[in-house]
Amino acid sequence: MLSRPPSIQSILSLFRSPRQVLLSGRGNVELWANLIIIAGAVLFMFLKGASFAVTVGTVFAIWAMLSVSLNLVVGFSGLLSIGHIGFFGLGAYTVAILTSTTSYENLRTGAIPTFGWPFFAALPVAIIVAGLVAVVVGIAFNRFRDDIYVLVSFGFAIISFNVFLNLRGVTRGAFGIHDVARPQIGAWVFDSELELMALSLAFLAIVVGISWFIVSSSFGRVLTAIREDEQVAEVFGYRVARFKLAIWVISAMMAGLAGGMFASWTTFIDPNSFILLESVLLVSIVILGGLATIWGSLLGALAFVLLEEGMRFLPGLPQEYVGQARQVVLGVLLVLLMMFRPQGLVGRFRL
Amino acid sequence: MNDRQQNPAGEYILETVDVSKYFGAVAAVDGLSISIPRRGVTSIVGPNGSGKSTLINLLSGTLPLDGGMVVIDGQGLRTIHAHETPDHSITRTFQEVRLFNQITVLDNILVVLTRRGFWSALFERTSGQQRKTAQEILEKVGMWEKRTSLAMDLSYGQRKLLEIGRAMALNVNIYLLDEPFAGLFPQMLERVKEILKGMRDEGRTIIFVSHNMDIVREMADHLIVLDGGKFLLAGEVEEVLNQPEVISAYLGT
Repeated sequence: MLSRPPSIQSILSLFRSPRQVLLSGRGNVELWANLIIIAGAVLFMFLKGASFAVTVGTVFAIWAMLSVSLNLVVGFSGLLSIGHIGFFGLGAYTVAILTSTTSYENLRTGAIPTFGWPFFAALPVAIIVAGLVAVVVGIAFNRFRDDIYVLVSFGFAIISFNVFLNLRGVTRGAFGIHDVARPQIGAWVFDSELELMALSLAFLAIVVGISWFIVSSSFGRVLTAIREDEQVAEVFGYRVARFKLAIWVISAMMAGLAGGMFASWTTFIDPNSFILLESVLLVSIVILGGLATIWGSLLGALAFVLLEEGMRFLPGLPQEYVGQARQVVLGVLLVLLMMFRPQGLVGRFRL
Repeated sequence: MNDRQQNPAGEYILETVDVSKYFGAVAAVDGLSISIPRRGVTSIVGPNGSGKSTLINLLSGTLPLDGGMVVIDGQGLRTIHAHETPDHSITRTFQEVRLFNQITVLDNILVVLTRRGFWSALFERTSGQQRKTAQEILEKVGMWEKRTSLAMDLSYGQRKLLEIGRAMALNVNIYLLDEPFAGLFPQMLERVKEILKGMRDEGRTIIFVSHNMDIVREMADHLIVLDGGKFLLAGEVEEVLNQPEVISAYLGT
């Protein structure tokens, strides 16, 4: 139920009897997944140099924030949401709109107000906006469960994308928003990749910390009970709808935080970053890593980022096919996983 | 209230007044008025489709009432919300065992022992006291050794026991048990009987549905017979079972 890093014993056993561990591979998928992915990350860092690794580190932190927060909803509460990217987008757009300083008068879409807020003032607003929208959406979604939930959350992803694309007076539609402010404390501007990575990882640490606090509490246990049987949880005195709404809002706020960080890191956002496909990739990461484990979501995000960035350097793969090849590989991986290890790399639970 | 006058000493802990439940045009429970005595074991019997399980579902808030009133310990209620049943000191088990499958046996018990509010649950960590209570209950139902297994990996009998243990963990006065003895091997059956007798001796009210007349004779103090969603007879076990209407309606001719 908690995140489960590989135990010391399981790592030690590898040194004691490597052959035996190799032979009992099936039972040790968890250990191997951990070792291979972490070794892959280290190898990647050495091969591609520190600066590239730093960029990848930021991408990892953002995906990991999203997957850890989504796992609270999908893994712990059993609500398979594919609309999570909408909250990510809300956070990103809120920060972008509040901090951007571009003089839009010169651009074709006409003027939209610019606020020029500092990043750290806009970020809490982004989190609150994501949370408020989640309250409204969550109240509407609370009556649904299981496969219907997938469909309605799908609807949310589509609606949010279309709002980003078509509400031009606010989001500038397909033109996107330029010059999103970098984080700044006093005179210290976070404009190097290293500083941004450090900040993203710090935010990730906060997200993981809060998630851990939630899932290790009685509240977390109640969530898993709700996942297993809502009606019975209700009979034992829990107002299931409130618990589901609460975790949904918390998760959305974390996604809003990730979105704000994302906007500031790229300094330019447009609706294409928040398409449904990203949401599906996100669900894949959560399932890949394992449901109802925080560690699994971190590992899943790391594996995904390595796969995504690593394929860029595959010999014999023309650059123009890299994007599509990624999706094929991820798709095949997901099918294999569902066939042979439906609980994910380090998970214990199934949908 | 009228019921108060009829029931001055609080002899009945649970009463239904004209309770109805319709599934489409079919009345599963049809204007049913019964009274369940405080303390002791009451068995509800009747042929298939006589509304026994529906009655349990209505009393536990699992299904909404379509009409009538339920009086719990003198308090009349026209709607019962499932999440309020612990406050009314009621809990239940299900005909088809419903555990929290993909969490451990221990967590299945601990879920019931924790606080109900959102904030209080968020800031609560499992205490030694809760663990001790859970251990006591699991030992009582003989599942302590299985505490780290997932509930889904248990055998049918063990699941049945765990479900009763989970209900016991709530520590309420009224237990609604839907077919607690069905499908159990003799050894498990004895265990469930022992547990229920223990609960009865603690002064709790146990209401169970059963098809097995031998068990009803052994376990129950009072008997309520339903037929076609309607009340047929009630009273002491032997006295009711010897009535000719019961023999014809329930046992068939």
